Amino acid sequence: MKRGRVIGSVVASHKVETLEGERLLLVQPLDTSGADTGTPLVACDAVQAGPGDVVLYEGGREAAMALRHAFNPADAAVIAIIDAVSRTDGES
Amino acid sequence: MTLCRVTGSVVSTAKIDALLYHKLLTCRPVEPSTGVPVKGAGEMIAVDTVQAGEGDLVLVCDEGNAARLILDDTTAPVRTVVVAIVDEVA
Repeated sequence: MKRGRVIGSVVASHKVETLEGERLLLVQPLDTSGADTGTPLVACDAVQAGPGDVVLYEGGREAAMALRHAFNPADAAVIAIIDAVSRTDGES
Repeated sequence: MTLCRVTGSVVSTAKIDALLYHKLLTCRPVEPSTGVPVKGAGEMIAVDTVQAGEGDLVLVCDEGNAARLILDDTTAPVRTVVVAIVDEVA
């Protein structure tokens, strides 16, 4: 699982059938200190996250398993909304 | 498996069912010989299954099937799991 922040959503009316009904979120990956890192990616939403939410997203086959249809082409899915991160190594 | 130091925990109330009742820990890969964080290795956010705490040296497994076997949930979309608390690296 990795940290990210939802910065928007993606609407696609024409898509493969198994993605029907899945919300697509634009997610900005975050590094260990919570700063933006890398390019935003599009992830399916499994927990009703909204713009501005700091979330956990999972990639690979696990992302497909987080959605309703077992066999779908998702390679990233938001699986948790983070309330807080408590750390001992001085990063946020 | 990766040798990591637990650097914190993640609190999340809105999450998928497979993650309910599990603590989420932030782990940073460390050099086995020195225990120093590996430069540029980022962090792994793992499901705790051994009651590890902040500051512990742990082993993190980053593979889906193993995670599902450990969590005893064949459909859990989980890949990263803390599987051991390390006492010593010799």
